[in-house]
Formats: sequence, structure tokens, C-alpha cells
Amino acid sequence: MASVNDTQNFTVRMLAADGTFAPSPAAEKYLPVLDGLTDDDHQQFYRDMVVTRTLDVEATNLQRQGQLALWPPSHGQEAAQVGSARASRPQDTIFPSYREHAVALIRGVDPLGILALYRGVTLGGWDPTDPANGNFRLYTLVLGAQALHATGYAMGTTFRGEAATGDPQTDKATMVYFGDGSTSEGDVNESMIFAASYQTPQVFFLQNNQWAISVPVERQSRTPLFQRAAGFGLDSVHVDGNDVLASYAVSRQHLENARGGHGPQFIEAETYRVGAHTTSDDPTKYRTADELDSWVARDPIARFGTWLRAQGAPDSFFGEVDAEAKDIASDARRRCLELTNPDRDQMFDFVYSDDHPLIVEQAEWLDAYEESMEGGAEQ
Amino acid sequence: MTDTLQGQTEAHEQTQPAVTTMPMVKALNAGLRAAMADDDNVLLMGEDIGPLGGVFRVTEGLHAEFGGSRVLDTPLAESGIIGTAIGLAMNGFRPVCEIQFDGFVFPGFNQITTQLAKLTNKHTGALQMPVVIRIPYGGHIGAVEHHQESPETYFAHTPGLRVLSPSTSNDAYWMIQEAIRSPDPVVFFEPKSRYWQKGEVDTSAHGAPLHSSRVVRQGSDATIIAHGAMVTTALQAAELAADEGISLEVVDLRSISPIDFEPVLASVRKTGRLIVAQEASGFVSVGSEIAATVAERAFYSLEAPVLRVSGFDVPFPAARLENDFLPDADRILEAVDRSLAY
Ligand SMILES: Cc1ncc(C[n+]2csc(CCOP(=O)(O)OP(=O)(O)O)c2C)c(N)n1
Repeated sequence: MASVNDTQNFTVRMLAADGTFAPSPAAEKYLPVLDGLTDDDHQQFYRDMVVTRTLDVEATNLQRQGQLALWPPSHGQEAAQVGSARASRPQDTIFPSYREHAVALIRGVDPLGILALYRGVTLGGWDPTDPANGNFRLYTLVLGAQALHATGYAMGTTFRGEAATGDPQTDKATMVYFGDGSTSEGDVNESMIFAASYQTPQVFFLQNNQWAISVPVERQSRTPLFQRAAGFGLDSVHVDGNDVLASYAVSRQHLENARGGHGPQFIEAETYRVGAHTTSDDPTKYRTADELDSWVARDPIARFGTWLRAQGAPDSFFGEVDAEAKDIASDARRRCLELTNPDRDQMFDFVYSDDHPLIVEQAEWLDAYEESMEGGAEQ
Repeated sequence: MTDTLQGQTEAHEQTQPAVTTMPMVKALNAGLRAAMADDDNVLLMGEDIGPLGGVFRVTEGLHAEFGGSRVLDTPLAESGIIGTAIGLAMNGFRPVCEIQFDGFVFPGFNQITTQLAKLTNKHTGALQMPVVIRIPYGGHIGAVEHHQESPETYFAHTPGLRVLSPSTSNDAYWMIQEAIRSPDPVVFFEPKSRYWQKGEVDTSAHGAPLHSSRVVRQGSDATIIAHGAMVTTALQAAELAADEGISLEVVDLRSISPIDFEPVLASVRKTGRLIVAQEASGFVSVGSEIAATVAERAFYSLEAPVLRVSGFDVPFPAARLENDFLPDADRILEAVDRSLAY
């Protein structure tokens, strides 16, 4: 199936699918952004993508082996995520949905936290108030709800005068991630309305991976989604989400626009969910092998790898990255298997910030009940 | 927290006496003003709450006093209001959201129940959610559809929310300030039919503890429990009953979640009879919860089954029928008679 955006020439693309550097007309104005990148940066982008994919494969295996309750794969979306995450600055705050594993890692979240969440031992997984986690907020499973939180957060940035001072080293931006299906949710639309109204220092980052579980993007919108955003008054752009350089360039530019006081920005990154929606899904029931193949041929890691080689990256670099990624994944796997189930009393904690009579009573009752049962609950 | 409240009260005292009589709407206004003066992070958000002062004028004058970035006339979207309030709270603010009328909270229900109520728990305590949602609720104002409802049960049923409803000006003044100081989300039900009912407000003496219920009239023959607007109705019923030699005790619940059951149980142990009065429909309601709990904990004290006097289990009817739908003092007394006859 052809995507609504396929034949358009508004797309920002730096690398062609075969890895040659061939900026599209729409990419011209973003080219200067790339000048700021070093060889090390390029290699870091590649490393990020490979680490994310390797972890993704490992997590899928863990789910198959009964170690995780669920896993939403990020396979295929690495360039969109890595480019945008690497474009953010340390002082920025990121609101993810539930598939932004690359962004989490780049902002400093331990992959164990994500595995813990999907293993079912916690509802969170990391502490977004701990600076070590790079202001990466918790995953949100109610589609689109996080878009309003991001807009509210960014309103607060404005009220505190923490953006648009003219210093990009300290001015704060907020970025929110969501999928094409979520663009139909009221909350995503309301968040754009509030963002435009309050001119928030904020970037909306849509990963259009073509599918919302089994429903194609055409059911969500008959117009390109970035154009819909323009109707809300957002400065919006369409980018090849399988091109990490393009994803970086537009994200960097629009984050700077947002933090500099130019109002909310919207990026539609066109990409593809190569894997299943989650490990519970069977994509063969709703999409064709041809379609899948056509996107695998545009794989973001292969594309960027080809370019890096042409730039002179040695074989040893690629070997080292693969080895490093395997180490990170097997370390995460080992630690995941060591995760113990939470203490049952923990469910009674932090429902309120102080003791609540009903909950205290129920926790005491459960303790007494378990004690009264021979052998306790562990049996 | 009491320190700052008292500090600010002292400043107040120099200009006006500590006890003044005012309608609830003014008491709420004064409470909001005090909270905003006390903490720059307190923001008001809602529809028409700026220069207009809200459709009920609860925020009158606050926009002029604190400016448009402390009193936000937001775009017209309830989920947007609550959802951005959550984001503001994540950024250190203490937003107070006004929902224009009870029946219009539902577009924001998702954000309240799936996000606001759960975020502290999801963050294992690392994040507080000091968001207050003010809802003018209830009937008796002869209004059109969706403007007369009592949806408190939905929120009381949701773990993580605190649910309050003041019945007097004094409680309104103090409870709104304490709700704003609470680190947890509070849904604050304001009995709009009592907005213009005058009462004394003592700005020098802190009211009762936030989540406490309170005996507001002593009696010995039966207990009436009510919250919000229905407290006044219950007191009217008690007055009428007294003329006939029946002594009714009235308990003002004040807090719907959590419920402070001790005064309720103590009263039932004394009178042996309990009637719960509420405007909300009775099926699976706050009254049901009280009836169940009293049956569990004071069973041997009961001389009669607990009775509920509620709105009927139908959509809130057209305004010309509201007096047939809503419980009044006579319907409470009818239940008292049944209880006493048991
Ligand atoms: C409010 C809500 N409705 C339904 C769901 C169930 N659900 C989970 S993911 C999903 C599809 C989401 O598609 P999209 O927004 O495109 O994101 P993607 O999963 O493709 O990254 C659905 C319907 C949900 N999580 N939340």
C-alpha cells in the first residue's frame, strides 16, 4: 500500500535509501545543521541504533521465553528516535509513549528499567525526577495522554521564563512522542490547541510508522499529518524517519526554534514498524509481505552504515559496535532474569502521599490473612 | 503549613475582623486569594474564570489581582485543562482547575482517572500531583441538562483521588486552601445551590482536620448523614422533626474520600438508626458505601436497616421536575419515620 506521503516532494531527506548523500529540495535549509556534527557524532548515532536494535531483539526473545509480559518492538524506527533524541539538549524534557527505547537509552535510562516495566514488576521503571534519567518521563500507555502533560510542562517553562532568553545552552524545550494512530485522540489535538495558544517551547514528534496495530494511517487521516498540524498553527515539517541525519537535522533545528521562543513545532517522521505492534500481535493478518519488504529495503541502520563506510569508517568500527551492543543486551538480559517480584505490600504504597485509612486497613488485613494461611502466599 | 496559614491570617487581621459573614462563593474566593498570595506556584485554570470571574464568580477579581499567567482562561477543552494541569504540576506548579459545571467534567475524566489519580503511585512516590479540580455540583438551580448533577461517586471510586465537599462558608474557606496544599490530587465538589448561602468565616481559627466528618447537630433518635448541599436539607429536616418531638443527629461528611467513619459509627452506636441523604442517584453511591460499612462495623447497634434517601436512578430530569427528583426535608423525614417504625 502506498502511503499518503509517498510521492510528495516536501520530505526532508539527506540520505537516499542506498546510503548516498542526496539531500532533497526540502532538506536544503537544514544542511547547515549537519555541519555541527563530527565523525564521533556520526559513529555515536550508528552505535545508538545498533544497540537499540540488539536490545530489541533480546527483549523480544525474553518475552518469547516467558520473562516479559509484553514487548513493543522499536525495530525499524531507530533513525527517527536516535536522530531526534541526539538533537535534544540535556536541559530538555522528553515525554515518550511506550516504544521510544532508543530515546530512553540516549537520555540515560538503564534498559533494565524498561525491561522491568514490561516484565510486570513495576508500573514505572525509572525515576524521571532523578537527573541521571535525563528528564525522560515515564512511558504512557493511554494513547495521547502524555501530549497534554508535555504541553502543560512546556507552559510551565514559559511561565518560569526558562525559554526564549536567547541562550540555547540553558533555554528549555519539551519534546513529546506519539504515533500516527494517536493523532486521532482528542488529547493530541487538544495539546496542539493549548500549545499554539500559549506558544509553548515544545516539539511534537510524530513517528508515523504506518500502522496503529492493524489499522493503516489512511484511516486516521486523508491528509498528511504534518499538514494537519499546520492547521493548528504549528510550524510543521515532514522528514524521512529512516534517515538518521535528516531526523537529527530537523529535530535539532525545530528544538532550537522552540527553545528560542518561536512557538510549538511539529515533526512527522515517516517510518515503519518492521516488527509486530507488540509481541501479542500477528501482523501477517493485516499487511503484505511486499509492503514489509519494501520498508526493510529502506532499513535505517543499513542505510546509515553504507554512508559511514563511504565516509571511511573501518570494518573494525562496525565489529566493535556489534560486540558492544551484544554486551549491553546480554547484560540487560542477565539483570532482567535476576529481577525479583515486588513485595506484595508495595501495592499499598504511594497511592496517597500519606497514610490513607482504608488502604492501611486493607494492607494490615492482607498481612494477617497471609499469616493465617499455612505456608503463606509464596506456596 | 499551619505556620504559613497563620502568618497570612495575622496579616489579614490587621485590616478586618477575624470573623465575617459571607456567602460561600465569597469564602471560596477569599480562600483562593489567600492560597495564591501564599504560594506563587498556585495557578487557576478554567473556562471564563479570568475577567468574568467564572460563571459563578468564584474567581472574581483574581485575574485583575494576579494577572493572566496566574489566572488562565484556557482554551475550551476539559481534558486539555486537566492534562496540562498535570504537566504544570510535573513542573512544580499547583494548578487549581475550575470545571464550569458538574456535567462537563467527563471530557476530562480520562485524564483524572487514568493519569492524575495514578501518577504518584506509578512514580513510587517520586512525583507529587498537587492538582485541585473544583466542580460546582448539584441541583436546585433550575438549570438545563448537565448543569445539576452530582457525579462524586465516580471520583470517590478512584484510588489516588481525594474527594471533598464543604457545606458551609467557613469550611469552604479553609478546605479549599488545604486542598491546594495537599500533595495529592483533590476533586472539590462545591454545592452550587449553597453558593449564596451566608455563613460566618473565622479566618483566625483553622477549621476541622481536612478529612474529618463532623456532628453538626446533636440528637438521639436517628442519625442523618449528608455532604455538601444536602447538609442544609438535613438540618432543616432535623428542625422539623424537633417540632414533633423527634431528635435527629446530623453528621456532615465533609470528606467523601477518604471517609472519616468514626464520628459516623459513634453516632449510629448512640442513635441506632441511620439515614444517608444525597442528591446523587442511589445505586452504587457514596450512600451505599456508608450503608455497607455501617452494617459491617456497627451491626449490633442498629435498630433498623440503614436507609438511603437519594436522587432516583434516572437521568437528572428537566428542571421543572427537579423538586420531584431531588430529596428534600420531607423525603428525609419519611425515611426517618420508616426507620423509627421498624
Ligand atoms: C486510549 C487508548 N486506546 C486504545 C489503546 C490500545 N492501543 C494500544 S497501542 C494502539 C495503537 C497505537 O498506534 P499508534 O499511535 O500509531 O502508535 P504505535 O503503536 O504504532 O507506535 C492501541 C489501539 C490504548 N493504549 N489507549
